[in-house]
Order: sequence, then C-alpha cells, then structure tokens
Amino acid sequence: MSEILDLPIPQQADKVKNGEISAVALTERALSRMEAQSGLHAFLHVARDAALAAAAAVDRKRASGAPLGKLSGVPIAIKDALCTADAPTTCASKILTRRNADGTGGSGPESGWRPPYDATVVARLRAADAVLVGKTNMDEFAMGSSGENSAFGPMKNPWDPTRTAGGSSGGSAVAVAAGMAAGSLGSDTGGSIRQPAALCGIVGVKPSYGRVSRYGLVAFASSLDQVGPFARDARSAARLLEVISGVDGHDSTCADVPVGAYEAACDRPVKGLRIGIPEEYFGEGLDPAVAASVKAAISALEKEGCSVHPVALPHTKHGIATYYIVATAEASANLARFDGVRFGLRVEPPRADLQTLYGKTRDAGFGPEVKRRILLGTYVLSSGYYDAYYRQAQKTRTLIKQDFDRAFTQVDAIAAPTSPSTAFKFGEKADDPLAMYLADIYTLPASLAGIAGLSVPCGMSPATATQPALPVGLQLLAPAFEEERLFTLAAAVERLSFPAGPVLPPR
Amino acid sequence: MMLACAPLIMAITRETVLHVAKLARLELGNSEIDRMQKDLGSILEYVNSLSELDTSSVAETAQVAVLGAPLRPDTVEPGLVNAVALSEAPRSAGGGFAVPAFVDE
Repeated sequence: MSEILDLPIPQQADKVKNGEISAVALTERALSRMEAQSGLHAFLHVARDAALAAAAAVDRKRASGAPLGKLSGVPIAIKDALCTADAPTTCASKILTRRNADGTGGSGPESGWRPPYDATVVARLRAADAVLVGKTNMDEFAMGSSGENSAFGPMKNPWDPTRTAGGSSGGSAVAVAAGMAAGSLGSDTGGSIRQPAALCGIVGVKPSYGRVSRYGLVAFASSLDQVGPFARDARSAARLLEVISGVDGHDSTCADVPVGAYEAACDRPVKGLRIGIPEEYFGEGLDPAVAASVKAAISALEKEGCSVHPVALPHTKHGIATYYIVATAEASANLARFDGVRFGLRVEPPRADLQTLYGKTRDAGFGPEVKRRILLGTYVLSSGYYDAYYRQAQKTRTLIKQDFDRAFTQVDAIAAPTSPSTAFKFGEKADDPLAMYLADIYTLPASLAGIAGLSVPCGMSPATATQPALPVGLQLLAPAFEEERLFTLAAAVERLSFPAGPVLPPR
Repeated sequence: MMLACAPLIMAITRETVLHVAKLARLELGNSEIDRMQKDLGSILEYVNSLSELDTSSVAETAQVAVLGAPLRPDTVEPGLVNAVALSEAPRSAGGGFAVPAFVDE
C-alpha cells in the first residue's frame, strides 16, 4: 500500500473524514517519520503531545458526527517565525531563548519564547482541523538562503545531506520533501519559500502582498513579508492557501479581496494562456542543467496550447541591490524590539545601565548575518546616506514594479528559473555574503513588486560524478491576486514533467 | 546620462562601523568589528551600482498598495492581561518590566 503520508493533502483529509484512517494514526506516522529523519534537522520543536491531543480531538469530532474541516487530521509543520500559543517560537535565534532566574531553561530552541497567541494563519489551520506537528528550522530571523544562519545548526537537503535545503524556510521545505508532514507554512521576503521549494523538489507559494495575514509572523521586512504554503503537489498547496488566505481584522495590510478557487484552478486547461519568458532570467550565472529543465517545461506547456512570448524586465539586475537596501532598512527597525526588556534573552551584568543591557543582549542574542543586516539597514537610513541609498532604492523598486506591470499587459504569467543553481554544498557560499545574496537573484524582483509567485518542480538535473540528480524548480509569476493562474500552470507542469507522479527523495 | 546622485565610493572605516553599531545598540567584539567593516564595505560597493540609474522623475515605492486596506470596527476587544504580558519577562517587578535605573543617565 502506498504510504498515506505521501498522498496529496485532499486525499489524506478525505481518508480521515471517511474513517479509513484515524487522525491519531496519521499523526503517529508523521511523528515516527520525524523521529526517523531527525538527522535532517528540519524541526526545532516536535509537538508530539499537542499533535496527538489535536488529532484525538479531530477523531472525537468525527465520532460525534460534526462536519470536519478541509484539513481534517492532516499533519502540517510551521516555520518557527510564526507564533504558536502552545509551542516555543524562536525564529532560530538565541535572542528568543532565555535562561530563567531560577537557572532553568537555556540557549536551545526548547527554551524558546512562548507567544501568548497564535498567528492568524496558525489559528486558521487549527480551525480547519489540521494537526500541527512541530516548528521548523530556518535561517535566523528569515535572513539567509541556505539554512546555515540558524543559531541551532542548519537543516539538510533530503536529496543529498551534504547540501543545503535552501532558505530561509528550509526546515519547512525539508519536512515536506522528506515526507515528515503533508504540508507546511513558511514565509517569503525575497525568495524564502520559492528557493527552498526548488532546491528540495516541492511546490512553494509566495502569495501576493496582502493575500495572507501576517498577524503573528515575526516581522523581518514589513513591505515584503508574506506567509505561504509548501506541499508536494500543486493541489495540496492550493488547499492550504485557500485555508490561510483572506481578510484579517488583526492585519490592516491583509487585503479585502475574495479568496480564489485555487484547488479548482488546478483542473483548468492551460490552453490559450500567454506565458512570458524574460531573457534577463536566463543569462550569465544560470546553471545549464537548470536552464535545460526550465526550457523543457516551457516547451511542454507550449505543446499543451500555451503561447510563449519574450518579455523584458530590464531592471532585474538591480533587484539585489534594491532588496538589500529596502529589506535591511526595514529589518533594522523591526528588530529594534529585541531589546532584552520584555521577552527573550537578557544579558544584564551587575550594575549595568540600560544601554549596556541593550548592547550586550543584542550582541549575545543575534548571529553574524542578522547583525550584518541590522548594521547595513541602520547605515542606509542614517543621516547623510538616506537619499543616496534608501530613497534611491525605493525609486528603483518603482522601476522594477513597472517592468512587471508592462509585461503583464502582454502575458498572463511569467515563467523562469526559481534559483540559478540546484542545491549547493554547505560552506560553498557561507563566507561570502554577496555570493549568498546572488542565490536570490530570480526571486527578489517579484517580492519587491508584491506580485504572486510559485515554484514547482520541473525536472531533475542529471547525476554527475560529483553530485546526484537534484531537483530543479520552475518559477511562475502572475499579477497580484491572480494566484489561480499559477495553480493552473503548476498543475500542468507537474503532470507534464512527472507523469508518474512526484519523485520523492531517497529515504 | 546624468547621475541622479553622486556615486558613493566611500570607504567604511572602523569608526563608521562603531558609530552605526552604537545607533543599532549592538556591542560588537573586536574581531567582529573587523569582519563587519570588510563585509559592509563590499556590500555597499555592490549596492552603489544603483547610483547609475537616473531616477529624477521616478516616484518612490515604500510599499505596494494594499487593495481594500480594510479597517475593522472600532470596538473594544479583550487584550493581554497583565500576568500574561509579563509571563515571558526576563525580570518583572510591581506589575511591570524591571530594567536598570536610567533616569540619571
């Protein structure tokens, strides 16, 4: 019998609904896989007791005859940047851990901050009868593209554990790719869902800015951050997005726009859709194996009746500089709240003054990349440099957005690589911040423009003497709030690229 | 092409790093100051490439427009009770967050 945890989410929910498997049994399978694959370090916290209790509640609800939600009994993992009232939340940072006055606690994730509330997306998953199995590992404060910035050690790629899973939502991608959870949530500020999805061979969605509530998401860059789902197939991701989307009184940046029929969109034909190919995404630095896979997927869509058109996104090359000014400026302000006063770590030497408390707490609590970005953000906002850096970056952001606005007058969606390479080795870029930033070159512009994006597996790179076959992701982009188009195209891509169903990593 | 602003080929000095670190309330160790000086220097050199764009007639985008930008009804909802708000405080006293004395600073 095929493993139930590898089935699409709607099928898992149906099996719980019609009594083929209990929610408790499904949760136990997820927990045992999490234990068997703990070496991948996808999780910072395994919510064993809470998950089993939630599953038992779903089973009782079913026994009582009450209607079950759209995710009945389905095991879902949550990025540790999202607040959970019943589990620690650390953002993979030591600054959100603490040692208690009585000496208990410590600097590990289990000593993490306990939020007094659930993020809206977490509450919506619970309301849909999902079972939350744990909190996933990530780059500290979502800053990174490899997982190597986690204060608790990186997560590993299930296709090759000597390689990174991407980042920052790497743990959420690994949990799904390795079959430990049916789906997961991550957050994407400049590619943090799409890139790890591509490197781990699963579907990852960065919804339009304003599509999903950020209430309870630890803020990194507020004009860019979006919460979105990971799953092994488009239909499963669609169901998750339907559950978490929609207006929220706790987040005034969450738009009052009707939630689309994303799951139904997976069944629509792609015939007649106009697809734009930006040459700027196929230039120098793109791994030929990635290019070949992406081009093959686009040709397959063309054979299905899509029309393919070149589009120009001339300001693409300025995306990285623009992003690293805008995002670090916003981060330097957002991370000011971690001051050692109200929660988390405090370093308070005897007779220290308040400034010393702030300075020592933040020095001890933040890792090198977070400090680097706080310093950069503080610098570009500081007196004398604001116009040259921050204001100029905001204007360049307008030009990048206008590129997309123009392209979408000619095409319905854009297709391009998600990442310039397949999964890279640990240490390969870790000592060079700029080389790491370049890994996000294809995902940053869509974040700056606030449009909808998705990465779907479109093939495997050929195995060579130095590396096994590794997944390649196709990035699909659509105008804001046109996520339905992305799901229609993504469902076709997975059907055409993997006719025998999703390819799973070795277990 | 007219430059929108003068290119900023300014070296990041140790003093600059210390000044920015002070603004950001980060007490860096010595070796870290050296590392940040080098990294910030190379990142700023890279982002200086934006100065080649003429943006004199371009509006700024601080945030993409939020459709609807909904407001909720202005009604009283329960907030955090004091004990819960203080439950994660490193140190609390008298129903508040305890910090070192700072009035005389």
